[in-house]
Amino acid sequence: MRRTPLVGLFAGLALALTACGSGDGGSTTAADGELTGRGPITLVSGKDRSGNMQKMVAGWNAAHPKEPVRIIELPDEPNDQRQQLIQNATTKSDAYTVLSLDVVWTAEFAANRWLTELPKDKLDTSKLLPATVKTGEYRGRLFAMPVNSDAGLLYYRTDLLKKAGIDEPPTTWAQMWEACDKVRALPEGEDVDCYLTEVGKTEGLTVSAAEAVNSAGGVFFDASGKPAVNTPQARAGMDFLVGAIKDGRMPRAALTLDGEGGRRHFQSGKLLFHRQWPYQYELANADDGSSKVAGKFAVAPIPGPNGPGAANLGGHNYAISAFAKNKATALDFIKYMTDPAQQKADSLATSKAPTVAALYDDPELIEKYPYLPALKEAIQKAQSRPVVVRYGDVTAAIQSAFYDALGGKTPPDRALTDLQSKLAGLATP
Amino acid sequence: MATTVENRPDARTPAAAASRRHRSPERRDRRLAALLLSPTMLVLALVVGYPVLAGFRESLFTRGQELDADGFVIEGERFVGLDNYTAIFTGDRADAFWNAFFNTTFFTFTTVLLETAIGVAMALIMHQAFRGRAIVRAGILVPWAIPTAISGLLWRWIFQHDGAANAVLRQEILWTADGFAAKGAVIIAEVWKTSPFIGLLVLAGLQLIPREVHEAARVDGASAWQRFWQITLPLVKPALLVAVLFRMLDVLRMFDLPAVLIGVNKDSVETLTMISWFEASNLRYGSAAAYATVLFAYIAVLAYLFVRLLGADIIGEARQAVGKRGRARA
Repeated sequence: MRRTPLVGLFAGLALALTACGSGDGGSTTAADGELTGRGPITLVSGKDRSGNMQKMVAGWNAAHPKEPVRIIELPDEPNDQRQQLIQNATTKSDAYTVLSLDVVWTAEFAANRWLTELPKDKLDTSKLLPATVKTGEYRGRLFAMPVNSDAGLLYYRTDLLKKAGIDEPPTTWAQMWEACDKVRALPEGEDVDCYLTEVGKTEGLTVSAAEAVNSAGGVFFDASGKPAVNTPQARAGMDFLVGAIKDGRMPRAALTLDGEGGRRHFQSGKLLFHRQWPYQYELANADDGSSKVAGKFAVAPIPGPNGPGAANLGGHNYAISAFAKNKATALDFIKYMTDPAQQKADSLATSKAPTVAALYDDPELIEKYPYLPALKEAIQKAQSRPVVVRYGDVTAAIQSAFYDALGGKTPPDRALTDLQSKLAGLATP
Repeated sequence: MATTVENRPDARTPAAAASRRHRSPERRDRRLAALLLSPTMLVLALVVGYPVLAGFRESLFTRGQELDADGFVIEGERFVGLDNYTAIFTGDRADAFWNAFFNTTFFTFTTVLLETAIGVAMALIMHQAFRGRAIVRAGILVPWAIPTAISGLLWRWIFQHDGAANAVLRQEILWTADGFAAKGAVIIAEVWKTSPFIGLLVLAGLQLIPREVHEAARVDGASAWQRFWQITLPLVKPALLVAVLFRMLDVLRMFDLPAVLIGVNKDSVETLTMISWFEASNLRYGSAAAYATVLFAYIAVLAYLFVRLLGADIIGEARQAVGKRGRARA
């Protein structure tokens, strides 16, 4: 009895607060179409390691003193970046204007009305590689402008292949295993691992799984958006990865390695074939003693079962937050940043792959990055990871299915049937 | 209301009136205490009560799970009652829940058991008088001082396939892959990090034991083992139980160590907090809140049982004092 007033007070207070908390029902729908307002904006992106982004923004700021751009740097981990962007969006904050989005986030961000639709008539996407433009679209509408691209490449040791009497890099899985057996028969190839792709339980595994499945002609979701992993093609892709581990061609330790772990392994000279992103090229070629394979490797498109495989598409796109002010400035700024001249300068400074098709034939760029022709071929054939609103759940499901099959926990058949039923619950047609 | 007043047990009988007169200073005390405590209670209601209630409320709703014809998420939240809870225990996500539930419980029992044994041993060592005792004490406390995420990274290097652990064992165990070894790695890293905490609290307890008690036992011919079991342990028990309770509550909500050391989304080390985090990071806040509420209830039940069964009562002394005073007055 004595406590009643106090308890009542707490309950009332809690109720009042809860009521306040639920008052966010009023919705501000994404104002698509009209991009208005001029003034200061922000560019939200991952770490600017080379400092070139700052340089490009400084160029814009000098020309547009009344519409300055401020860079907001997010953490390095893509998942942390996504978390911060989502947090900003769910609070409808106008702190972020231009967002640098990983290509796989477009669907989720667009479907949640966190992005402003971009006017196709005011942004010229005709000069860009078509595969990259598709990554900025959701249901045929443009929500993000491709700014840099990426695709997996096969790094191979030219010195070891030559010793084994092989001149050309492999284009099929069978050729790759054959070359590998020949190299391992050599005295200098004895303790060299054959092949490595990212199979640690991270986003890297989804990329590897998608490359294997797509190369074999399979898909995770068919054209109508229904899951379709219970197919012989998808099975062939999974068998390629599972078989590589079983036969010892891919070291079992790969199950604990991330992308950087793989790079260290390749640079230690103990790896013959390595599927990796283009960023490794310069690092592995460094002659400061950090790499034992400098000058001893080259790149080629990744192999598939019957000829070159389908690499996975990476990269980043610029989008405009639905809750931002000064969207007209933002649109102009995106045009400025994705302009061919800027892309070329950025590519030269950071080794990021451009999205403008013509730059892949630019002699100056090719001289600096000899892998560009191979990369162009890879990007043109590349496929993106599933374009789904619930990407976070989908990638987790794919990772679980493949990881358990690779580790021998579930037989491939069951892994794929389980994945099929799991994806069915996550597809949003 | 009138009847209530009339039926009050103390209404106007002489005896009751006497006892009322007798009790009234106590009642004044209590009222003053309530008044003085109310700012604290208000703050507690704000920072503890509100989040718990808001979390529970959130767990009854769902939002953003359906798309309209244009492919946009349908906005607004929908009341779903206990659906988020039934989804935890039944359906295709029940496996993940029970796995995480088992992991959480398993980690709690194994690590707290090991930590207690090692922590008590550390305290006994630190309690001895020897040269360099200060250095040993400081050294034992280093793991506790390192932030969990950093020690997670540290142990990940040790447990990587070509790391120190495998070099010492001369085998290639994939500790950080998804398997039983991963559980072992988490237990080792957790025990390394938190045994010093128990050691520290037990040491504080040890230092309160009068030296004479031990000396008397020694004179009576008790062996070292007997002295430990029959004197040291019972006397240090209150401090030890509080330390164990704290550790237990802490490990039940473990997240960062397995997340950094082994990685998220790995079945063998997935804990309840990790499931809740995964749900929240995929925008299912209702479901995440339901997992968090279940974990909250689980922690509350375990803490209650622990306090009841073992008598680790942090406010016990205060309550006893109040009880005694009350009895003396009556």
